[in-house]
Amino acid sequence: MAYTAEAPAIAAGDDPMVPRIGRVRRRVRELSDVWTLTVEMEDGRPLAFAPGQFNMLTAFGVGEAAISISGDRDRADSGLIHTIRAVGPVSGALTRLGPGDVIGVRGPFGVGWPVDAAKGSDVVIVAGGLGLAPLRPLIYAVLASRKDYGRFALLFGARTPADILFRREIEQWRRRLDVEIQVTVDTSGEDWYGNVGVVTALVPQASFDPQNTIAYVCGPEVMMRFGAAALRDAGVPDTAMYLSMERNMKCGVGLCGHCQLGTAFVCRDGPVFRNDVLRPLMAVKEL
Amino acid sequence: MTTDGAGSGPTAIIERRDLQALFDVLLQRGYRVVGPTRRDEAIVYDDIAVIDQLPAGWTDEQEGGRYRLKRREDAALFGYAVGPHSWKKFLHAPIQQLWRARREGDKTTVEHEPPRPERFALVGVRACELHAIAIQDKVFLNGEHADPHYRARRNDAFIVSVNCGKAGGTCFCVSMNTGPKVAGGFDLNLTELLDGGQHRFLIEAGSDAGREVLDQLPKRPATSQDAKAADAVIAATASSMGRSMKSDDVHQLLLRNLDHVRWNNVAERCLACSNCTMVCPTCFCTSVEEASDLTGTESSRSRRWDSCFTMDYSYVHGGSVRSTTRSRYRQWMTHKLSTWHDQFGTSGCVGCGRCITWCPVGIDITEEVAAIRSSEPH
Amino acid sequence: MEGLERIVREHPFFSGMKEEFTNLLSGCAKNVRFEAGQYIFHEGDPADQFYLVRSGRVALQISAPARSLSIQTVGESEIVGASWLVPPYRWGMDAKALELTRAIAMDAACLRGKCEDDHALGYELMKRFMPILIQRLQAARLQILDVYGVHS
Repeated sequence: MAYTAEAPAIAAGDDPMVPRIGRVRRRVRELSDVWTLTVEMEDGRPLAFAPGQFNMLTAFGVGEAAISISGDRDRADSGLIHTIRAVGPVSGALTRLGPGDVIGVRGPFGVGWPVDAAKGSDVVIVAGGLGLAPLRPLIYAVLASRKDYGRFALLFGARTPADILFRREIEQWRRRLDVEIQVTVDTSGEDWYGNVGVVTALVPQASFDPQNTIAYVCGPEVMMRFGAAALRDAGVPDTAMYLSMERNMKCGVGLCGHCQLGTAFVCRDGPVFRNDVLRPLMAVKEL
Repeated sequence: MTTDGAGSGPTAIIERRDLQALFDVLLQRGYRVVGPTRRDEAIVYDDIAVIDQLPAGWTDEQEGGRYRLKRREDAALFGYAVGPHSWKKFLHAPIQQLWRARREGDKTTVEHEPPRPERFALVGVRACELHAIAIQDKVFLNGEHADPHYRARRNDAFIVSVNCGKAGGTCFCVSMNTGPKVAGGFDLNLTELLDGGQHRFLIEAGSDAGREVLDQLPKRPATSQDAKAADAVIAATASSMGRSMKSDDVHQLLLRNLDHVRWNNVAERCLACSNCTMVCPTCFCTSVEEASDLTGTESSRSRRWDSCFTMDYSYVHGGSVRSTTRSRYRQWMTHKLSTWHDQFGTSGCVGCGRCITWCPVGIDITEEVAAIRSSEPH
Repeated sequence: MEGLERIVREHPFFSGMKEEFTNLLSGCAKNVRFEAGQYIFHEGDPADQFYLVRSGRVALQISAPARSLSIQTVGESEIVGASWLVPPYRWGMDAKALELTRAIAMDAACLRGKCEDDHALGYELMKRFMPILIQRLQAARLQILDVYGVHS
């Protein structure tokens, strides 16, 4: 029989599967295979987002990919910022878009980092590789109201010194006296005078009160698993750790099924999860 | 529109020879009438205009990995169980255009594919299938983002359901509490009666739209004799289910057995062909495809049914999350029977048996559940 | 000597160890310093010392033609060297001070002798070495995974 929908009717323009048109304003090469695009929405409506959320970006004629937002939420009017690594046909095409080129944008989607959860607590951010990109909006947010938080440690691991994302910005943050920043690389040649070793090894060195800390972790899944373990060893409870998951996504709104992880749709219920929820899921191989 | 529920409204009897009137009225009212018909040695769902297109006098034999049509000794119109099709092919289209983008000079516009309302009249919907439709309603319409295309196809659908007069060899709706008796969600409900040499249908309306159509049909009031005969049909079907599955605890049973050796065992048989997901009336997963013309001025995106049994389904940079058949089968079955409850407040399985019948190697979801359960200490 | 005993006792590696033991171990200890760029030891050399870093930073490296690969850096409160524990007592890597580094050097033969004489001391020392070795093994495994690399 006829279905009487409880959900409000969707206006044609609000079909969640239809992209809005944006234009690339700036394209900056970050690493050998990583670019940051600044996008302006053609309709002039800035795209409000929360740190940790993502957009589905379309390279017209090629396809669509889920890309986290790496910009500052307080400066959303100055453009939408995404940092993209060229690893496949779609991300490759996106990174080749230059100033003036058209890009499709759907979003923002998902549940991001709980920024206010850490107010009054120490903040520890553990980032690996490109995992720093979705964490950058959180770093901006914490720095913007620095006095609301306790100690702030950013622990960042990269593959080699040439793979350190946002290097100039990290160096700027490092000059602040109210931020502890440790960077390590998995391997280096002799031209690197910084730390060598895995990012998890930085956790015991950082100063924070484990009983009064909120930790945010993002990077490859293995790195996050070991990063969370190091935090736990340091005394941070799972309920105070947040991790951002990556899964295949086609729709971004929980309708295509691809991103399921146990009971969760990563696109809708994540990508950021609290570790007491996530840990049992990550423990099952190929879930 | 509200439903009265089953059996609460007045019932009537419509004779077999008068049933064409139902199709005529629905067509007059502008419905696209779809229902069961015989094609390619199977009973499928397709457009039908006249009652002769129904598979009169045919039935099916179903077993794990086996489906055969067979002649009945009578001329029943609905004397078979469900076939390879389900109604999702009409309500959740296998391929759906989403948008087109066009570049003219410096300007690019995206043209949203307008939802095309289709006024479907679905004739011959079984109890399990009504549950399946209700489940897809939850998936596509009850979330934060409703699917406009599903909504357009679903909104004005007129449903003529049928109480099953025969259980298939792989049916287990009784175990899933989804049949064989239709219990609401219909506009009109039929029970086919063949007793005493009189071929007739007990008909009841479940909605205002149903009552309006019923008013236009030639009929006589139903007697208590007719009602008894209908109850007997349903009781006989309920007692002849081909399969059964203990379903009250299956949600937790599977979740606590994610590392069970049975998954290895089933992976040795499973071909990861995705048949089960294609025939399943609740499976809803889709993928998207991009197309563009040679000059790059026009591109478009469409979505199509996808299956969790493919490698691409869980692909992330570096490889597939579920690279083994073991984990893909486990994903399908645990989603269907366990995590679906957490996500949508209902099981994703309605006990229709299609996944068993259409599995080329006869993997039987009821048998897999039983194997895992029997390995647990009591 | 009293000063050295205090320095040994206060190094985090020995934290919580009985004073009787730390005094005993101090007999094998001496203060050392390395300038930035100076090698502390080379791969293949006899592993006759082990080092408790007090300040500065040391890179553990494996040299290959045309390049030296740093595997790990070790800093304040950490230790350099485990090869002195197991025969044939030869270094498996190079160790180079990245900056001015102050450390306590422990004479390996002296240490081994004291551990042989007093197994309780040996066991105590082993309990402090093992977690570090396991941690470094685990880290090496993660490095092998090359988690940040592009995989296809």
